[in-house]
Amino acid sequence: MLKDQDRIFTNIYGFQSWGIDAAMKRGDWDGTKDILAKGQDWIIDQMKESGLRGRGGAGFPTGVKWSFMPKESKDGRPSYLVINADESEPGTCKDREIMRHDPQKLVEGALIAGYAMRAKAAYIYVRGEFYLEAERLNAAVAQAYEKGFLGKNACGSGYDFDVYVHRGAGAYICGEETALIESLEGKKGQPRLKPPFPANVGVFGCPTTVNNVESIAVAPTILRRGASWFAGLGRPNNTGTKIFCISGHVNTPCNVEEEMGIPLRELIEKHAGGVRGGWDNLLAVIPGGSSVPLLPKSICDDVLMDFDSLKEVKSGLGTAAVIVMDKTTDIVKAIARLSYFYKHESCGQCTPCREGTGWMWRVMERLAVGQAEKEEIDMLLDVTKQVEGHTICALGDAAAWPIQGLIRHFRPEIERRIDVYHGRQIEAAE
Amino acid sequence: MCIMVARSRLPSKFDGESPSVGRCNREEPMPKLTIDGKEIEVAPGSTVLQACEEAGAEIPRFCYHERLSIAGNCRMCLVEMERSPKPIASCAMPAGDGMVIHTNTPQVKKAREGVLEFLLINHPLDCPICDQGGECDLQDETMAYGRGKNRFDENKRAVTEKNMGPLVKTIMTRCIHCTRCIRFSEEVAGTTELGAIYRGENMQITTFLEQAMESELQGNVIDLCPVGALTSKPYAFNARPWELAKTESIDVMDAVGSNIRIDTRGRQVMRILPRNHDDVNEEWISDKTRFAYDGLLKSRLDRPYVKKDGTLVEASWVEAFAAINTGLAGLDGTQIAGLVGDLNELEGMYAFRELLKGLGATRIEARQSGAAYDVSNRASYLFNSGIAGIEEADFCLLVGTNPRHEATIVNARILKSTRHRGLKVSNIGPAHDLTYPVEQAGDDAAILADILAGKHSLADRLQAAKRPMIIVGEGALARQDGAHILKAVHDIAETFGLITEDWNGFNVLPTAASRVGALDLGLVAPGGVRGILDDAKAGTVKAAFLLGVDEIDSSALQDCFTVYIGSHGDHGVRHADVVLPAAAYTEKSGLYINMEGRVQMGERANFPPGDAREDWTIFRALSDVLGKTLPFDSFDALRAALYKELPHLMDIDSLPKAAWGDFGEPGDIARGPIALPIHDFYQTNPIARASDTMAECSALKRSKGEATGTHG
Amino acid sequence: MLEVTKSGGPFRFSDENQDEVKAIIAKYPEGRQRSAVMPLLYLAQRQNEGWVSREAIEHIAELLSVPKIQVIEVATFYTMYNLKPIGRHHVQLCGTTPCWLRGSDEVMRACTDMGLEKGKSTEDGLFHLTEVECLGACCNAPMVQINDDFYEDLTYESTKAILEALKRGETPKPGPQKDRQFSAPEGGPTVLRDMMSADAAKE
Repeated sequence: MLKDQDRIFTNIYGFQSWGIDAAMKRGDWDGTKDILAKGQDWIIDQMKESGLRGRGGAGFPTGVKWSFMPKESKDGRPSYLVINADESEPGTCKDREIMRHDPQKLVEGALIAGYAMRAKAAYIYVRGEFYLEAERLNAAVAQAYEKGFLGKNACGSGYDFDVYVHRGAGAYICGEETALIESLEGKKGQPRLKPPFPANVGVFGCPTTVNNVESIAVAPTILRRGASWFAGLGRPNNTGTKIFCISGHVNTPCNVEEEMGIPLRELIEKHAGGVRGGWDNLLAVIPGGSSVPLLPKSICDDVLMDFDSLKEVKSGLGTAAVIVMDKTTDIVKAIARLSYFYKHESCGQCTPCREGTGWMWRVMERLAVGQAEKEEIDMLLDVTKQVEGHTICALGDAAAWPIQGLIRHFRPEIERRIDVYHGRQIEAAE
Repeated sequence: MCIMVARSRLPSKFDGESPSVGRCNREEPMPKLTIDGKEIEVAPGSTVLQACEEAGAEIPRFCYHERLSIAGNCRMCLVEMERSPKPIASCAMPAGDGMVIHTNTPQVKKAREGVLEFLLINHPLDCPICDQGGECDLQDETMAYGRGKNRFDENKRAVTEKNMGPLVKTIMTRCIHCTRCIRFSEEVAGTTELGAIYRGENMQITTFLEQAMESELQGNVIDLCPVGALTSKPYAFNARPWELAKTESIDVMDAVGSNIRIDTRGRQVMRILPRNHDDVNEEWISDKTRFAYDGLLKSRLDRPYVKKDGTLVEASWVEAFAAINTGLAGLDGTQIAGLVGDLNELEGMYAFRELLKGLGATRIEARQSGAAYDVSNRASYLFNSGIAGIEEADFCLLVGTNPRHEATIVNARILKSTRHRGLKVSNIGPAHDLTYPVEQAGDDAAILADILAGKHSLADRLQAAKRPMIIVGEGALARQDGAHILKAVHDIAETFGLITEDWNGFNVLPTAASRVGALDLGLVAPGGVRGILDDAKAGTVKAAFLLGVDEIDSSALQDCFTVYIGSHGDHGVRHADVVLPAAAYTEKSGLYINMEGRVQMGERANFPPGDAREDWTIFRALSDVLGKTLPFDSFDALRAALYKELPHLMDIDSLPKAAWGDFGEPGDIARGPIALPIHDFYQTNPIARASDTMAECSALKRSKGEATGTHG
Repeated sequence: MLEVTKSGGPFRFSDENQDEVKAIIAKYPEGRQRSAVMPLLYLAQRQNEGWVSREAIEHIAELLSVPKIQVIEVATFYTMYNLKPIGRHHVQLCGTTPCWLRGSDEVMRACTDMGLEKGKSTEDGLFHLTEVECLGACCNAPMVQINDDFYEDLTYESTKAILEALKRGETPKPGPQKDRQFSAPEGGPTVLRDMMSADAAKE
């Protein structure tokens, strides 16, 4: 288990004050000026060396992402850092804790990351429903300004940097980086075509990097404690610590920061009080937020919680949101509810997602009660394949994968329901 | 090569200018791609889709349209690219050197089938009652790429109709959400009236709370809509595409000379559509061009009339001609005048002129708007930069013109240039919403004198511009001091570098289709229309021939023997003594010269009603009766004579380069505003005024203007 | 058909909100005031008892020089804008899988037993119930958001108690309705126990 001294988010549960003075006592804003003084290249190199992979779901190396930003502006366009706090992936509730209990980590991270990528300002895009969290963040930003950590000559570094909080208004798709940029520009959150990539043309037509809250908030600690410290945790290519959100059928659901690569079973049993009714009562786990395919118990027994291990079992770490389902779960309905979610959240832009999410949900609703023919299982699978990989953004994939996971691991259960339903029909007819 | 595939790849939804994207840049290397095993080089800035087409691989598409920004949302154009794990949307992917593309693999086939299936699951099966039937992209592509069976067992989606006004009918259940109409509204029309509300499968195209669209270009969304979601309201359920005869012709609603296709069934024009002409109207037409055709059926003059005891009564051609003979008895040429209207073709005007010349008349006048055109120099009345040339300009000064109303298509080109080429626009004259940003210099013609004297900031703007242009409208030229204004603009053009070896930034914006042709024929008389009318009042002009003249106050002709020749019973017949029914523009072949001086040929699409005849045949027959027989017996002979006088008419569809020279009259320009020639875009000529559709648009516009208190 | 209720009078931001409007617009670079569309719609909604009127949409379009259609696009794309009047307490019940697994159906039952109906306001104008998608408090499922506050770790009984308290005009304590520190495990954290008793007061 991760040692307490290796935990970054020491106030994740909000036992202490969120205020800047308390945060500074916990180590935030310590030597920030010196870190900045080491220069952009050093920061980016350290971030690369730490092996930090984006904590928003896709797992792209953070340092590499920062390095895509232009080193100088040839045409006078400024650069921007945009922080994705549109936390909406079902099962995920970690950024909320950072924002309301440890906001200075994010604010300090914004300055350091912004400086490293030569950004003029950071916009933190907070999902609209997190009204109080956004207010908290606003207050934290104001405190940082008061201390001189932001604004002109931020932290005495000679660098000018602003941080703004921008609120969403209810749209999961705005968690997709280009949809978020559109939304930040006052438009509907419809993902953009790539290329051009945000590092060339992002918000306001300027070079932009979009990072998850957690990716930014861990940066100051990584730079203070050293890349090798972070890289020494977890496994190669899957380094560091991670906040896991454990929800569903566990005895004590919680957020907890743990080492990458922790076995799933250990994570659940150590921190979440174990599966309701014991490990053997486990049916399945969605290990990385609703978008990743579920894992049946047999895989959960010994799978490790990191990017590569979960990819090997045809799922993903995603946002590290672990949704646990015990044997009382109506698994088809649980996934059908996710299909409804994706139908509800499709932006409507591309054909396969707009039309496919509705179709898939409606078939899933019928499968949940068995009101279908068995051939429709394969047809549904085919429809998911027709959506997957054919859309502008990954929402189409995210809608397809949970269904694919369900059919992969629970086809007999779906067929059983169809049999039962037909049996009842025959009975009723007789 | 460059021209073939270098269609500008407009920026997609992200903001920012696209200074050179899509233009041939000789310094940039041509990317070389392999498409279905075939190597091909394409112009820099091309997309993979364009490259595929160049290589002969057909790529189905719905949302992609080469004149709109790229949306990439329909996903129909997916192709396989080596080293890419997913198929790519070829419309949105810039062609890159070394790309290996496959368009005919099983994966691509499956992707297309899948997208089509998704488009069809919620598309109604109402093709038999859909006006798009027979010319529907979805129908065609389903035939070509569809799987041919249905697996969708859920209820289909129904979407409520949206009111968009009197021109565009909506059946939104058919909408496939390609967003072409939205992009058109924002990018080409510039009015940004359409949008998609809600999201996901509930996404719906609409105007703001279903208000009627205001754009004068809105009809183009009907052509852009790949399915039957947006169709023509006036044409609804009137015809099927395969029963229509299609005639390529030229529009006469303004001086643009938009290329059109006239679709007829039997004697009736059923609809009018644009034809593509990159240098003129691209593929757009104004709503007046598209929808005024119902005016061809109303208020038509379908037989001759002769005034008896103060009222016009039906007559035969023989009686009408005899009445003219009587009416002219004893008059000499100086007492006879001819006026020419706005919609006429060259041949009719030529025959008219020859007839009147034969009668000894010396005053034949075509400047119905009263603009002080100077026929001594052809450059003085042309849009010399060319319509496409607007895209070369970096600064445009409007003088007394509202191009949105006077030449909608030209206005769209200015908008395009402001968006993609950084064109800046300033205006002298009344302020109005032109759909793009305009720096308002003031409504005072005397600013021109200030510029010339170097005392106005516009002088610096003109001086600083690389390719400045001035567009002077008939509103300015029709002032008392119109000739002075013409001279001042001429001098400004010379002083501020508007005239160079390869650039002529001096432009006039005539409002009528016949204007340039009439001026080429020299149909001007000292004193203009005003002089003739004054003399008619004074009694020195005793007989007047009006060829389609409906935009003047004809009360001056009350005591004058007046012969009206034209298609509609409009203003011109009010004081006529003899009325001769003539063909309207769809009913006759003829040459037109547009504002640029471009000669274009219109073709007859249908026949005139009743006893109405083509203009030239009327004048030929009348000349016999009057004993001044015209020397041509056929249309070909007439054209031959016309070509002999104006050889440039044989040079069809080329942009002339009129020689520069001096023109206009030196003189003072009075301080004060400029009155614009068009007050109601929808009611500018007899055909439009006879059209119920145009009347409805006009009434709507007026009611909106009253409701909001805004102007033009 | 989209209906946006008219408020019956012209809309303007209140005097105290005028500064806020300016501050919001100032967050974005010059010429990019369109970015303020969403915050201004929200501000208008807060000022106007929880809903955005047609007049407000038109006012914001004019204020920011954005075509009206593009403002209404935004107002209908995002779920948080209410385009007609709604009850005073907007109960947003999360029904997505993590909440559903932990009994959101029971929370819904409590709501309906209290006379709330999905998608509707109660006749007394006190409540409006919406089923929403994941609100990002999954470790404290099931939960509802009532206006600005999250009420978490709900049961049938605690839900009912909250609604009853609101009905009485009281302000029930938001957050976990179980004895629990935010998203720490029930019964106390498994990690960072030192931080529990640190000198800084828990807020």
